[in-house]
Amino acid sequence: MLPKSVEFQQQALQAITRRHFFGKAAVGIGGLALASLLNDRLLAGGASALNALAPKQPHFPAKAKRVVYLHMAGSPSQLDLFDYKPKLNELNGQPCPESIFKKERFAFIKGVPKMLGTPHKFAKHGQSGIELSNLLPRLATVGDDIAVVRSMHTDQFNHAPAQIFLFTGSPRQGRPSMGSWLTYGLGSETENLPGFVVLVSGGKTPDGGASLWGSAFLPTVYQGVQCRSQGEPVLYVSNPPGMDTQTRRRSLDTLKALNEMQVEKVGDPETVTRIAQYELAYKMQTSVPELMEIDKEPKSVHEMYGTEPGKVSFANNCLLARRLLERGVRFVQLFHWGWDQHGDNKDNDIRDGLVRQTKQTDQACTALIKDLKQRGLLDDTLIVWGGEFGRTPMNEDRTGNKELIGRDHHPHAFTIWMAGGGIKPGITYGATDELGYFVSENKVHVHDLQATILHCLGLEHTKLTYKFQGRDYRLTDVHGEVVKGLLA
Amino acid sequence: MLKRFTWVWIAVLVAGRTIAAETKVDFDRDIKPIFASRCYECHGEKKQKSGIRFDRKNSLFEGGDEGKPLVVAGKSSDSILVQRVTTQDEDEVMPPKGERLTAEQIALLRAWIDGGASWPDDKAGGKKHWAYEKPVRPPLPKVTDSAWPRNSVDYFVLERLEREKLKPSAEAERAILLRRVSLDLIGLPPTLQEVDEFVADRSPKAYEKAVDRLLASPHYGERWARLWLDLARYADTQGYEKDDRRSIWPYRDWVINALNRDLPFDEFTIEQLAGDLLPDATREQKVATGFHRNTLTNTEGGTDDEEFRHEAIVDRVNTTMSVWMATTFNCAQCHNHKYDPFTMREYYQVYALLNQTADADRPDEGPVLKLPTPKQEAELARLEKEISAADAEYKAETAEIKSAREKWEEQTRSELGNWKFLDAREARSAGGATLTKTNDLSILAGGTNAPNDVYTVVATTDLKRITGLRLEVMPDASMPQKSVGRQPNGRFVLTGFEAGWAPKDNPEAKEPLVFSKAEADYNQENYHITNVISGIKTNVGWATGAHEEKGRVERAAWFAVSNAVEIPEGAILTVKLHHDSKWAEANIGRFRLSVTGMESVAAPPKVPEKIRTILASKERSEKETKELDRHFRTVAAELKPVRDKIAELKKNQGQVQAAIPTSPVMEAMTKPRDTHVLIRGGFLSKGEKIGPGFPAILTSVKANESANLSRLDLARWLVSEENPLTARVTVNRIWEQYFGIGLVETSEDFGTQGEAPSHPQLLDWLATELIGQGWSLKALQKAIVMSATYRQASKAPAELLERDPYNRLLARGPRVRLEAEMIRDQALAISGLLSKKLGGPSVFPPQPDGLWQVVYSGDAWNTSKGEDRYRRGLYTFWRRTMPHPAMVTFDAPSREFCVVKRTRSNTPLQALNLLNDAAYIEAAQALAQRMMGDGGDSDEKRAAYGLRLCVARTPEKGEVAKLTALYREQLAHFQNDSDAARKLVGEKRSAEEAAPLAAWTVVANVLLNLDELITKG
Repeated sequence: MLPKSVEFQQQALQAITRRHFFGKAAVGIGGLALASLLNDRLLAGGASALNALAPKQPHFPAKAKRVVYLHMAGSPSQLDLFDYKPKLNELNGQPCPESIFKKERFAFIKGVPKMLGTPHKFAKHGQSGIELSNLLPRLATVGDDIAVVRSMHTDQFNHAPAQIFLFTGSPRQGRPSMGSWLTYGLGSETENLPGFVVLVSGGKTPDGGASLWGSAFLPTVYQGVQCRSQGEPVLYVSNPPGMDTQTRRRSLDTLKALNEMQVEKVGDPETVTRIAQYELAYKMQTSVPELMEIDKEPKSVHEMYGTEPGKVSFANNCLLARRLLERGVRFVQLFHWGWDQHGDNKDNDIRDGLVRQTKQTDQACTALIKDLKQRGLLDDTLIVWGGEFGRTPMNEDRTGNKELIGRDHHPHAFTIWMAGGGIKPGITYGATDELGYFVSENKVHVHDLQATILHCLGLEHTKLTYKFQGRDYRLTDVHGEVVKGLLA
Repeated sequence: MLKRFTWVWIAVLVAGRTIAAETKVDFDRDIKPIFASRCYECHGEKKQKSGIRFDRKNSLFEGGDEGKPLVVAGKSSDSILVQRVTTQDEDEVMPPKGERLTAEQIALLRAWIDGGASWPDDKAGGKKHWAYEKPVRPPLPKVTDSAWPRNSVDYFVLERLEREKLKPSAEAERAILLRRVSLDLIGLPPTLQEVDEFVADRSPKAYEKAVDRLLASPHYGERWARLWLDLARYADTQGYEKDDRRSIWPYRDWVINALNRDLPFDEFTIEQLAGDLLPDATREQKVATGFHRNTLTNTEGGTDDEEFRHEAIVDRVNTTMSVWMATTFNCAQCHNHKYDPFTMREYYQVYALLNQTADADRPDEGPVLKLPTPKQEAELARLEKEISAADAEYKAETAEIKSAREKWEEQTRSELGNWKFLDAREARSAGGATLTKTNDLSILAGGTNAPNDVYTVVATTDLKRITGLRLEVMPDASMPQKSVGRQPNGRFVLTGFEAGWAPKDNPEAKEPLVFSKAEADYNQENYHITNVISGIKTNVGWATGAHEEKGRVERAAWFAVSNAVEIPEGAILTVKLHHDSKWAEANIGRFRLSVTGMESVAAPPKVPEKIRTILASKERSEKETKELDRHFRTVAAELKPVRDKIAELKKNQGQVQAAIPTSPVMEAMTKPRDTHVLIRGGFLSKGEKIGPGFPAILTSVKANESANLSRLDLARWLVSEENPLTARVTVNRIWEQYFGIGLVETSEDFGTQGEAPSHPQLLDWLATELIGQGWSLKALQKAIVMSATYRQASKAPAELLERDPYNRLLARGPRVRLEAEMIRDQALAISGLLSKKLGGPSVFPPQPDGLWQVVYSGDAWNTSKGEDRYRRGLYTFWRRTMPHPAMVTFDAPSREFCVVKRTRSNTPLQALNLLNDAAYIEAAQALAQRMMGDGGDSDEKRAAYGLRLCVARTPEKGEVAKLTALYREQLAHFQNDSDAARKLVGEKRSAEEAAPLAAWTVVANVLLNLDELITKG
């Protein structure tokens, strides 16, 4: 039993926040800035008692409730997958027009680069006639469900800053990530799992590191929790060897009893929260391992995704993503490394390396779309697929080996696709010039993408703010326009 | 605080309709930002359309050109301002451009006007914002309960409480108080002996004695360094993508040391910002300047060093102004500060002050200071002595050396004479390159560089026989990377080498030369010279690693002819160099051919061009003689032993040198850099050139006096009498550590957007006290912990909790969760595992596997052995992109940027961390052993002992009963399942031994998770 005063205190604080959010929704304007101030103060003041992760109302009715972001770390070549340029094939091997390369700074290209056509074949698919290369045969079967955005561009041309820019709105470390902004804005719909989960495959953590799912100056409850396929799925989730569930339960009962005595004696609401967090931790000890048991899925599911339980793979992570989304996780962030096709060796070139990458991912991405659709989850789940920038229309030719072809980093144009909640299906949005060098139509900047994602979740990007060291910060910094043409 | 915000919230709720008249709105916080963002553009400092300016009070209250007031206090509906922002008439609506004001903004404006339209006096000419006025020492306020105050601090607190009709709490229980003050001053809990002594010591000086003991402890510096290291963004790596290691721990140790010796805060400041500029700066003062060398360094390929040097300067400006001034100066990087009186020009004036150091985003972190230990210094001196002795031996002229040199000269001359440079009469390129003969008879390629090329060289030879050929490839400035090959990376790949001769009168009758042997002085792996004489190939050939910097040097190959015959005089020699590799453009850039007719062909002597000339000439100068001697000694067989000895000594010297700790430091530029205002903050958009200066509102230094200001002046200004902020900001931050919340709640922002202090006079008293006590931090802290305010019990009675949830009024003692480092240190201390070793390189306590999976870096977390596993948290290696997970879980920042205030979250991940982390299980086991060994002979005594170790106070019966119940139940369980017991406490133990230890370990695990334990109460 808690003393009356503490209970009252908790209820009062919760009521304030709840009323606060309803109030904001009722007048249809964004008081989130205010909410953040309030929350901030409460957290700083120690009263995180009001469960910072409780579900919150969006600014306006949302099309999507949750997001799965499939980040292709390293950045796939749009020119060999999505953005077919016959002119580039024509000019294959010709020197790059001086007007282009003189102005440019490249990460690795030296000297006068030569244009590089694609060695892969393109075809149109489905009713929408979406044009994809033959490296994506599975995605072609769901072409009518996705929106291909060919007009993405960014400010950064190295992996780490470009990834950090994409996920935090700033190229430098130190800003909250997209997933933490969303969990901060909307709370979590699950009580047994973290609201923001990160899954990594491809053998390497992406260059941007933990900043890509960090909470920076937002309270740490909003940071992404990495679920790992090997070792403990969530750090410290398993009981130590020799301690079974029953012993853990009994020890938690004793801990709770002692902590409650402390509440009675001192009356700090923070202790009440701590008791609740230990109970949630206990629930996670069951729900997290259960979540990871993908081997319990039927054979048909494994065939659809191409999953192999027990391994670290992108396919396994896609299936895990579906399981997380089903369980109410707000933001599932996948990272799959291996798209950095510079052509500096055979494993890493446009002919072979890219084929290997698409083989590892095409089936599972497609399965995720189909699976969510058949479960009725696609309507309110937003899927985003893409890298941190694009790749050059020129052959990088880093080694001079004529047998290898590769492309350098390219910030001016790249392609992503989106599907599900809030997105118009079966469209190709935006275009690039005949060489695929610059965007020529309907430019979508990284900040615009961020604004659009928030919009699909019912959040006004200019109003999802947090005051830190005297300034209101937001995911889109001082930029960003919602891309209306992409919205359903 | 809370109340005020709910009021604003009410205003939001009823936006657009009626407004509660009592709604309180703060002008600076709520209204001015609306004016600044939506009105100033046309009605501000620059433009005053219709004669109206929204940055002047009288303009709105008295009106502009038309003389009609825009604001009528108390009557929002009558105010033109409200009418114009709410009108439906599109021609009338304000602002005319952009979106309409939001309902929230309009509601705020109405609420402000209806609430009386309070507008603090204009900054210009009027009173300054409180924080920009110098603190004045206030008199002690009068209080009714004169028995309560123990020192001056208490008068200010009590005066406020009496005004609020509240009473302070009683003093905390002695054991709890000792635990509180120990955690606060040294970050470690008291030992039971210390608790017992203190509880037993009833003298009035007992507490002060304990405080003095703690202030004198070397662990004081460790605890307080933590706070400073967050501000200094100290870490053990460079940040950004690669995030390689950086050695800067000597700076961390400097901070610990400086705090321990109570270096006055003004000197502490000056040494860190400009220690290198002090007269006769000591090594320690230079190490202190590591403060601003903690900025990130970007070593990723393709990045512009100047861009990231600029980023570092920006960070230094922002950090300086944040740490000492609690000013959001960073806002002025792109535009004038919207709320505080700082201009963009002033931002770049401060930038100019910090823009004059030699560091420049270099991978090697230069400039760095070498910090040899005394032992290393001695070792180096010894090696130096031995090297110079060996060197003397090496250089000594003896009869033996003299004769050896003469023999060598003669032999080399004769060997050289055997090889003749080929003087080409024609050089052709199949791929269209221009081949030009140069003065030294080498051939230089230029012009077109075909993917593949064949060079043909034709020359006349006077030799009677040709028994060998030599090919030298030479670097040339005209080549890519100034290398030997023409590929953009500087490489060449020779795939075939052919030669043949013909009589001069019958050039068509070519006789090919057959090579029996090919050797080169360097072969790149898989590209051996023998490839070029075994038929023309495309996949392999001869290459010399010239695609890398170190391979771009002169190389030579030579070929032995197996079918040498007598050839007629003046025969024509043709040599072909094939470049048919799969690597495009990998053609040789500059080369020279030589031939020999020696009977038995041996490798041509490798003699530098210069030595060759000296040997060839008849006369030689003294300088040339010396040069020849120098070269001879590098090759003489007689000197090999001493050469080897020197090499060995130098290797040792190198090893000792490499082990010397280093730390990056500040170093002034000899030639100052220009600084420009950067338009919208972009580092490439340079605006006007600007000199150094301080923000005008905070200084009496006139702009024209500031031309020669230096970093040292900046440091001195920060801690000068005229600076109103530094002392206040510093005492507030320290106060925040003790009470969990500052007197100014926004410890990071003392500007107009920050909170006003809860106890303004106390803040000023503390600030003036700090200065008055010679900037002694220990004296300040003693004043805080000696106060009755600090010593109160932290119990929060219901009504007090409702009235003052965050303890702003200080009617009770502090109660806050411990910070990440303290939680670790405390568990180690309680369990007896803690190592108390001070300082040194950072350590690697256990962390879960697989966390350091970093692209482009093979660096690994190798867990420390021995006592380094159990060092205090502040010594844990801090990788910015992946700090230790237990630190992050408990809200430690990444240390990429200055963090003034850590958040205090309360999450399930923290619970999992403390419950299951192997480090805490190890601590639980050690604690269990202590309980069993020292606790006494009954379960109750052992349980009580464990609880006392953890929370210092005397356990209650109910608590002990719960713990012993758990113990007995678990004992039965583990006796039943001895496998489980052994898994928990060690497979080597017997079942009898394992079961009780396992059961106590479960109990200890509970103890180490107690809310009371991870909280300072």
